[in-house]
Amino acid sequence: MFDDDTSAARRDFLRKSLTLIPVVTLASAGFPSGAFAQTPASDVQQSLPAGPGAAAAAGDYTPTFFTPQEWAFLIAACDRLIPSDHVGPGAVELGVPEFLDRHMQTPYANGGIWYMQGPFLEAAPEFGYQGRLNLRETLRVGIKAMDAHCKKTYDGKVFAELSSAQQEDLLKAAESGKLALEDIASKLFFSNLLNEVRNGYFADPSHGGNKNMGAWKMIGYPGMRADYTDWITVRDKPYPLAPVDLSGRRG
Amino acid sequence: MANVKPKVDAVIVGMGWTGAIMAKELTDAGLNVVVLERGADRDTQPDFAYPKVVDELEGSVHRRYLQSLAQETVTVRHNLTSTAVPYRQMGSFKPGTGVGGAGSHWSGCHFRALPEDFKLRTNVEQRYGASFIPSDMSIQDFPVSYEDLEPHFDHFEYVCGTSGKAGIISGVKQPGGNPFEGSRSREFPLGPNPNYLGAEMFYGAAREMGWDPYPIPASNASAPYVNPYGCQMGPCNACGFCSDYGCLNYSKASPNISILPVLRQRKNFELRTHAQVLKVNLDSDGKKATGVTYLDAQGREVEQQADLVLLCAFSLYNVHLMLLSGIGKPYDPQTGEGTVGRNYSYQNLNRVVLFFNKEVQANQFIGIGGAGTTMDNLNGNQLDNAKAGFVGGGIIWARQPGGGPVRGINVPPGTPNWGTAWKQAASDAFRHSFYFEVQGACMSYKQHYLSLDPTYKDGFGRPLLRINFDWHDNEIKASQFLVGKALEMSKILNPVALAGDAKKPGEHYNITKYQSTHTCGGAIMGSDPKTSALNRYLQSWDVHNVFAIGANAFPQNNGYNPTGMVGALAYWSAKAIREQYLKNPGPLVQA
Repeated sequence: MFDDDTSAARRDFLRKSLTLIPVVTLASAGFPSGAFAQTPASDVQQSLPAGPGAAAAAGDYTPTFFTPQEWAFLIAACDRLIPSDHVGPGAVELGVPEFLDRHMQTPYANGGIWYMQGPFLEAAPEFGYQGRLNLRETLRVGIKAMDAHCKKTYDGKVFAELSSAQQEDLLKAAESGKLALEDIASKLFFSNLLNEVRNGYFADPSHGGNKNMGAWKMIGYPGMRADYTDWITVRDKPYPLAPVDLSGRRG
Repeated sequence: MANVKPKVDAVIVGMGWTGAIMAKELTDAGLNVVVLERGADRDTQPDFAYPKVVDELEGSVHRRYLQSLAQETVTVRHNLTSTAVPYRQMGSFKPGTGVGGAGSHWSGCHFRALPEDFKLRTNVEQRYGASFIPSDMSIQDFPVSYEDLEPHFDHFEYVCGTSGKAGIISGVKQPGGNPFEGSRSREFPLGPNPNYLGAEMFYGAAREMGWDPYPIPASNASAPYVNPYGCQMGPCNACGFCSDYGCLNYSKASPNISILPVLRQRKNFELRTHAQVLKVNLDSDGKKATGVTYLDAQGREVEQQADLVLLCAFSLYNVHLMLLSGIGKPYDPQTGEGTVGRNYSYQNLNRVVLFFNKEVQANQFIGIGGAGTTMDNLNGNQLDNAKAGFVGGGIIWARQPGGGPVRGINVPPGTPNWGTAWKQAASDAFRHSFYFEVQGACMSYKQHYLSLDPTYKDGFGRPLLRINFDWHDNEIKASQFLVGKALEMSKILNPVALAGDAKKPGEHYNITKYQSTHTCGGAIMGSDPKTSALNRYLQSWDVHNVFAIGANAFPQNNGYNPTGMVGALAYWSAKAIREQYLKNPGPLVQA
């Protein structure tokens, strides 16, 4: 299924995520995808025959917002956007999908601090987002539209089932806005997705991503130390301390 | 039927810098003062306490310390014929809310305007002739002088523990300071903060350009300090969480730590939070305010009667309240009549990023909000505007308020936004890059103004404020000129890559990208009631017991951060109220 995939992190992740395989298979075998679209993953799992390890979706984390189909998309997309490579850890191994699932359940993702009253008019890009979808709806509608596009174009396969190269091409096309999707502008979906993946990758581990402060270690960010009195004028050597997180764990 | 509260001497709308200053001054004078703040109460403990406050996701994504746009926002359009759309997500500017307001999440840059900034139109006309000013440019002189405000600039700096180096004291030049500034009565209360690498390198490059670099005056304490009110500040520990955040360390001056500790003890001061003021109430002939109507925390309408109404909200919302309440005549850009909403201006901010190799320890996670290095050689009368081709000047600075990866990592031009190449570039750049910024003046124009939106409403059913604004050729030329100089200076430092974002001809105002919270004008001070909403004491020309304190009073914006000027104007206005208005309530200037 992922023969051409070279990402060890993703292979390992998917191996642990046993529940994903049957769901994706069901979906691509003609199971109506609409049945999953607005259903919390936990409900879906209850309605499916529980295979071995069914409760242990996504490593140690079971999504409660995203459906298994959406979850599979996000794992694949995270792995393309921030892959595991020689530079440092990837988004999947740092738990960014977990961050996304949890972040979607905050008031922020529900448009809590955005002005969401109509009328919703089209405007030049300088005026920013003028649509009526909040963040969680943007991701959800976008994932569904991307998968629908993939199925139509790639012989019934969803995004997660495509090769890395195909996935990258699709993401590039979405980034530039060239990809035509039903229901949502691909560029809007992509920019929100990338933004959220980066947030999860770099935010404090308490939010679900950046496990073991892996992203901070990669870039040399001391995290939440918040006291550099002794280092403002030091020029000749790198900052010496590893990061600390909000809970006080030292990296 | 509104619940009516017993009359007080003064009601203040908003508990930010100007509200705190006015409350302090008026309670000093023995008045009973009620402050109505739309947001929550906030203080260092527990709201800004470590480590919770330094959570980047909460501070810079969820915007915990800023105003939510869900209930109140503005609409924006570029020209008079298009339909404005709402500012739905925080971008271009970041108003605050809650006790402290934007004064709790500012960086700390604390400038005084230059003497020539106060008489801008006269100065430009004298230097270059009246025809040098574009016909649609509506710049005006301030109705006060630098000398009028000097004692108040000085006092506010001492309240804030501003750390810097004077350039001129009592007419005598001081080495190390800004040689072009207006004369000060004394040295800053605290010496400058230490230089991080970018600020240090700026010194070298600026001197090579023939400029006169000096430390940015910063209200981030460089040493332990007790202000004239007895409020304590501790030295800044360079934590890197200034802009967007409350200070965890009692180091960044704010209404919360610099004034409120005194106010909270006073029996003649009452602070009501979650009190959303809906309008100022006027008497039957509209000449006098009787108080304000607000929604309390339970959503009940309450009427607070008062002899004096002080509008101390964020500049945009002061104008909003005046328009909603019928204080003064709304400005009409077609006829040029009316004054409320007139002369909205902004700030012309541009950035240059310098990338270095791994031997250069820029450490941009270290930050002291307002501190750094700047220079005035392209500002005020130092700039030959005829040669440069535009009105107004600006400053270039190296400033490092502190950056973490959620707030964004600058990468060299041409880097992809994701994948291995992006990871590599972000990892290479994070500790080894810094930026310089160009902070340019922004002139006012006949077509740039504030009005009520005809379509969109806030969460209380009131029309939103509409901003009519776009970049004018004058500001685009200024951006190109000043960014060009910043790039020229940056090349001296031999970065491995360099990026600059000068505005392009025809470029439009983009509300999605953070530039500056320095929204100015809309209810400006002036000497003629036909062209200003407020007189020289920030008193409404039309309703004498209403004063509107804030950057709304600027006829146009200069190249500096506005807070120093806003604080000085508040003390100036308070002095006039205490010494003149209370003895003889009525217009302080005869129209």
